[in-house]
Amino acid sequence: MNLQPPALEVANLTKIFDKPAVDGLNLSIDAGEFYALLGPNGAGKTTTLKIVAGLLAPNAGTVKVFGIDALADPIAAKQLIAWVPDEPMIYDKLTPFEYLEFVAGLWGMDAPSAESRASELIEWLGLGPNAHDRCQGFSRGMRQKVALAGALVHEPRLLVLDEPLTGLDAGSARQVKEVLAERREGGVAVIMTTHILEVAERMAERIGVIHEGRMIAEGTLDELRGQAGPVGDSLEDVFLHLVAEQSSAA
Amino acid sequence: MTPPGTYAWFARHEIRLFWRDWVGLLTAGRSNRLRGLVIAAVVFFSIMHLLAYAIIAPLAGEPMVPDKQTLLVVTGGLLLSLTAMISQAMDQVTKGFYARGDLDLILSSPAPANRVFAVRMGAIALATTALTLAIAGPFINALAVLDGAPWLAAYPTIVALGALSTALAILLTMGLFRGLGPKLTRTISQIVAAVIGAAFVIGVQVAAILSIGSYARLSFLGSETVVALAPELISPVWWPARAVMGDMAILAALLVAAAAVLALVVFSSAGNFGSHVIAASGVAFDQSNTRRRARRFRAGSSKQALRRKEWMALRRDPWLMSESLMQILYLLPPALLLWLNFAESIGSLLILVPIMVMAAGQLAGGLAWLAVSGEDAPELIGSAPVTLGAIIAAKIEAVLGAVALVFAPLLVGLVLAAPRLAAVAALGIAVSALSGTMIQIWFRAQAKRSRFRSRQTSSRIATMAEALSSISWAGAAALAAMGTWLAAGAAVFAVITLACAWAMSPSRSMARAYFG
Repeated sequence: MNLQPPALEVANLTKIFDKPAVDGLNLSIDAGEFYALLGPNGAGKTTTLKIVAGLLAPNAGTVKVFGIDALADPIAAKQLIAWVPDEPMIYDKLTPFEYLEFVAGLWGMDAPSAESRASELIEWLGLGPNAHDRCQGFSRGMRQKVALAGALVHEPRLLVLDEPLTGLDAGSARQVKEVLAERREGGVAVIMTTHILEVAERMAERIGVIHEGRMIAEGTLDELRGQAGPVGDSLEDVFLHLVAEQSSAA
Repeated sequence: MTPPGTYAWFARHEIRLFWRDWVGLLTAGRSNRLRGLVIAAVVFFSIMHLLAYAIIAPLAGEPMVPDKQTLLVVTGGLLLSLTAMISQAMDQVTKGFYARGDLDLILSSPAPANRVFAVRMGAIALATTALTLAIAGPFINALAVLDGAPWLAAYPTIVALGALSTALAILLTMGLFRGLGPKLTRTISQIVAAVIGAAFVIGVQVAAILSIGSYARLSFLGSETVVALAPELISPVWWPARAVMGDMAILAALLVAAAAVLALVVFSSAGNFGSHVIAASGVAFDQSNTRRRARRFRAGSSKQALRRKEWMALRRDPWLMSESLMQILYLLPPALLLWLNFAESIGSLLILVPIMVMAAGQLAGGLAWLAVSGEDAPELIGSAPVTLGAIIAAKIEAVLGAVALVFAPLLVGLVLAAPRLAAVAALGIAVSALSGTMIQIWFRAQAKRSRFRSRQTSSRIATMAEALSSISWAGAAALAAMGTWLAAGAAVFAVITLACAWAMSPSRSMARAYFG
């Protein structure tokens, strides 16, 4: 019997801008689980992840991170989370080494262990030759890797990733996927949005499909195939069918 | 319909872009602001006309004649405009080299790129001249009403000076680019432009302090010493001033010469502009000189990490640093006054107090905008386990630390010369800088750091509050330095300004949404 609380537990989450962006969403992710959140553009994926990361306040609902109420005690929850947005936000004037030092400082890590972790990540992500160059001339892929290293340096227990593979070349994408798989094996829970369905198909243990802020299907790929019926084997077929079905029902 | 690729076609394209940019800049992208903006412009120009009339009326008792004293004052005004126009044009030409925008499209197309650059340089001349005309216009009109229509010749004279200053700015910037290369030119050109822009004002102030012991520029230009040193009335030095005063022959010659110089410079340099733009585009990818030495991680709290990051980002961006420290140039004359009057006359040192307090408020406002609105990674900061209060406190400390660093040398000098004034100045600097910082925090809105210059357009309330608060604290400090209780009145006005700014600022919920 698993007594550990879920890594992430979202209940009745609602966020309204001009209209509901997230509408009574529920989801739960266990420690060490890789969860892919899929949906068409404007479905509410990024809004959901931003609420989980503490960047947006919901209108209603609860968010718990390893049992901690993230809305009541955001600092304690944020201590366990790392957020990687789709557009890597790093500092052009800092080097990767300095960026990781800054992030470690924000998360209150002690300097020696942060430095050793940062050095490992820099080598692991192939940033070694540029570790002491300012980020200002870095390619999109390099910037994304620096942002990912920043997310991992404080050893989070929940990784919240919004389209982390967008714009990466094949080699960089593989490196990032390997890092994520390794982290998951180490017990880190990962929730990720992606438009690259092959990645979700290959990496995620469970997949959630949201449409207009509501969860329309959730489960393993086989379970989703079961929900979609005989529309094809690939996740792309299943996803497109589920979304089209919801759109026509609406 | 103009044929594609011609000068007229490019000009039409540029005018359309310029107009939309200009409207967007003034209205901050909100179309409903346009009517308010027109009303504000009418009110502004009416006030400027009243102000100009009030300044000029006492001087216009008798018809002005082109004697040495009048020619000196007019030439001084023209030199002020000329240096300001050269500075502005240099800045625009430099931006033309480094702004990417549509240049990749234009340079990759088979259209003759030198034409678009020629049109853009012409547009710089127009924009530079238009701004000066807008500022000088009310004074010219007041002179025409009070002393006669010939003063209207000042308008075409400024047009001629605008053309000449643009030509000079193009040559200077091109020279810097050739001499220093694309990597250094952006910053150096910025500094040169600022120095040129401030040189005349500061130069006259310094000369006035050294000769008559005060700041008064007009008194200095009309003083017997300067009149005695000035050239004879027949000297060509006075031609621009004579053109302003309605000498049509000189005015026509000036206009023709200025147009010819501008045309020559534009058409001869337009071809090189493209190669400079291509060279400038490589700067972003050049990693030379940006490599840092390997070192150990530094221990510290999250607040320390935030402060260190702010200082590092500022220190490593010479363009932004020169932008924000530009106003420090204007502290040179007060520093000179301090040096000259050291331990001799406390009375003359009193002028330093409001100048320092006001400069501190403005500097802090600019730095706070960079630290708060210009934060490059707000989502990283927002997702960190740090409270909003701690983030804001760290940013305030970073800004106030930088302000303290700038003003400390002057304060140390003042402590030795006049300890009481130094105490008042220190308190004023701290309060004014804190006020400027808080206003920027209340009105924060995510923006790129490169938008630093146009930050005023995102919230005019914030800009006005920042200026009012700096002026009020400067007034309060000056009155406190004089030892009068009226200082309390000015301080109360400053506090009311801050309270109004707080009341009008976006709600706290918005603020929380920004930093988590």
